[in-house]
Amino acid sequence: MLPTSIPLDWYLILSAVLFVIGVIGVVTRRNAIIIFMSIELMLNAVNLTMVAFSSYNGDIAGQMFVFFIMAVAAAEAAVGLAIVLSLFRNKQTVYVDEVNVMKW
Amino acid sequence: MLSGLYLTLEAQFVAAVQVLVYAGAIMVLVIFVIMLLNLGREKHLTESINLRSVLGTIIGVVFAVQVVIVLLGRPTERLQLAPNAIMIGTTESIGTSLFTTYLFPFEAISLLLLAALIGSVILAKRHVQ
Repeated sequence: MLPTSIPLDWYLILSAVLFVIGVIGVVTRRNAIIIFMSIELMLNAVNLTMVAFSSYNGDIAGQMFVFFIMAVAAAEAAVGLAIVLSLFRNKQTVYVDEVNVMKW
Repeated sequence: MLSGLYLTLEAQFVAAVQVLVYAGAIMVLVIFVIMLLNLGREKHLTESINLRSVLGTIIGVVFAVQVVIVLLGRPTERLQLAPNAIMIGTTESIGTSLFTTYLFPFEAISLLLLAALIGSVILAKRHVQ
């Protein structure tokens, strides 16, 4: 038998805490880079849930999903940071509430 | 930290990929962009108690309470890893699954990464007229 004895619920609670921190970061902060990091935190919280369920159910699907989520997160970070870069180049700001070019 | 937790869950491959992707790629990207932007100090949030932060915190707390209620109201009662957990976390089993069951998503994700690469290069390119 495996040496671990941590119940599954603890992983889920930690994951929920991480996700809530991410949500609060996205909703309250104005710096685009910090918003990106909060989004990464939310993705990682979901990843933790998936790996936990995958290991406790003995099913590989969760870990495969985590693999794909990580790839999507990397792509999202690359594109998002490129957007922040070009935004800063054009507007000299990274604060999302000072960018309202799409507001009619 | 998360990577260590994955190791406790017997998911070695995911733990390694986590370190590689987040320490190797995303952190470097973020730090590089912060360096490139040459930001000053973060504008002090003088309106520290404004409507948005209060609302956001309320949303977060409500969400947290909901999750805790769900978790406490219906515990999963899983106290042990599955007996085959040590087998499914290895690079070998992940790779086998990746190239059989999940072949199509694998190819799709490679296309997505290519598109993201090209897109970020074009977005970040200095426009030379």
